Amino acid sequence: MKYLCLVYSNEQLLHDSPDSPRDEECFAYAEVVRQSGRMLAAEALQPVETATTVRMRGGKLSITDGPFAETKEQLAGFYLVEARDLNEALQIAGKIPAARVGSVEVRPVRQLDV
Amino acid sequence: MDAAEPLHELLARLYREESRRVLATLIRLLGDFDLAEEALHEAFRVAMEQWPGDGVPANPRAWLVSAGRFKAIDGLRRQARFEPLDARLADSIAACDQPLWDGDSLEDDRLRLIFTCCHPALGADAQVALTLREICDLSTEDIARAFLVSPSTVAQRIVRAKAKIRDARIPYEVPGRGELAERLQSVLQVIYLVFNEGYFASSGAALTRSHLSNEAIRLGRLLLELLPEPEVMGLLALMLLHEARRPARTSASGEPVLLDQQDRSLWSAELIAEGDALVLQALRSQRFGAYALQAAIAAVHAEAANAAATDWAQIVGLYDALLRISPSPVIELNRAVALAMRDGPAAGLALIEALLDRGELADYHLAYAAQADLYRRLGRSGEARDAYRRALHLARQGADRQFLQRRLDELVDG
Repeated sequence: MKYLCLVYSNEQLLHDSPDSPRDEECFAYAEVVRQSGRMLAAEALQPVETATTVRMRGGKLSITDGPFAETKEQLAGFYLVEARDLNEALQIAGKIPAARVGSVEVRPVRQLDV
Repeated sequence: MDAAEPLHELLARLYREESRRVLATLIRLLGDFDLAEEALHEAFRVAMEQWPGDGVPANPRAWLVSAGRFKAIDGLRRQARFEPLDARLADSIAACDQPLWDGDSLEDDRLRLIFTCCHPALGADAQVALTLREICDLSTEDIARAFLVSPSTVAQRIVRAKAKIRDARIPYEVPGRGELAERLQSVLQVIYLVFNEGYFASSGAALTRSHLSNEAIRLGRLLLELLPEPEVMGLLALMLLHEARRPARTSASGEPVLLDQQDRSLWSAELIAEGDALVLQALRSQRFGAYALQAAIAAVHAEAANAAATDWAQIVGLYDALLRISPSPVIELNRAVALAMRDGPAAGLALIEALLDRGELADYHLAYAAQADLYRRLGRSGEARDAYRRALHLARQGADRQFLQRRLDELVDG
């Protein structure tokens, strides 16, 4: 089953806390998951100031600056993994280095009903 | 089987004693809680029809498991006309060659059920509701009454929990060695929460809901039988030693009687003996944790003939050990109260005031009640009154409020 692991963190703290992971460590962990054969995709994201939100309403496209919701923690990256069950997905998610300073939301991927 | 036992009584007894085991195995075989519950009831229905003619099978439990599984596959195949997915599900269940029946896997199934109902990915309310419904077979109405919520709220919690187990694929398994200790903590927490809800009802007028506490003790015994870990012994001991005091902890008029005022001849010697033995066993293992230490504290209280004879030095020492493993302001408060008994009220009061200054217990009525009691013992009546009023303002439960009000009245009169 596929799980999306959404990495959230306060952007102000993500790189400045004593526990903050460096890029090399993040890259190394992604390599470990890749080599285990569980990785489908993983990326880190640019800060939320670069976000743009679009909505289609009444056939009209609206474009606004900023994220969909203002929150204390911002989406900083994601892993899409293939795991046997939730326990395995949680084990993978828990070791993502950014989990030490932020949090990782693990969501099962829904099969579209077609 | 007792040949003289009428069939309907035998079936009722089997349901009481075996239905949870059968359910636990059916959940593994069918991979779904709702399907397994339906299959369980079908199995008992078929038994009621067939056993009068065919006789009682040699192994009724195994018979019920296989009848339930067969009925589930049959039902899915019949529905397959409308829902093609059901056909595939029925085929995969029928093709699955997991052992239907052998002693070990059956005990494992009960553990699987416990660990799944108490999975940390489920919310605390859902864990409790699911555990009481699936493992203890309490009705949603009973659970609702015990937790002072509506039956539909409980039903909804259970439906959502089952949906999460299915959709997020929470596995039906006993965690491996690496995760066991952590996952066991969440099981113990659920059991202790159920016990406490029955023991220290957090709101409402009824102080004793012994039914819930008894269910928690039953769960503790079951878990100990399946998984004899020191912390399981510790939790069971803790619950037994508290339960032993139940007859003495409320007055005839329903007010709480504090530990030092209780008539200790009312304590259950039988439960204390069982609790003591478990505490010893847990402590000897050298792998004990917070539950065993709390049980050890309860055991020290239990061995004192009266409050004055309590070994307060040992209790303070046990609280020190407890604070090292699981620091919490409530444990600090309890330690301060014990220290006041060992070294006098002034020493305990200094600790409680420092604790309140830190603000963590600012909304906890028992912190002010303890402070008030120490002021009273030091003869500082004005400050004692203020603290009782603050405690009264924060207390929710009727009986606690009556007790605090009486103490306050005594001070005002005196």
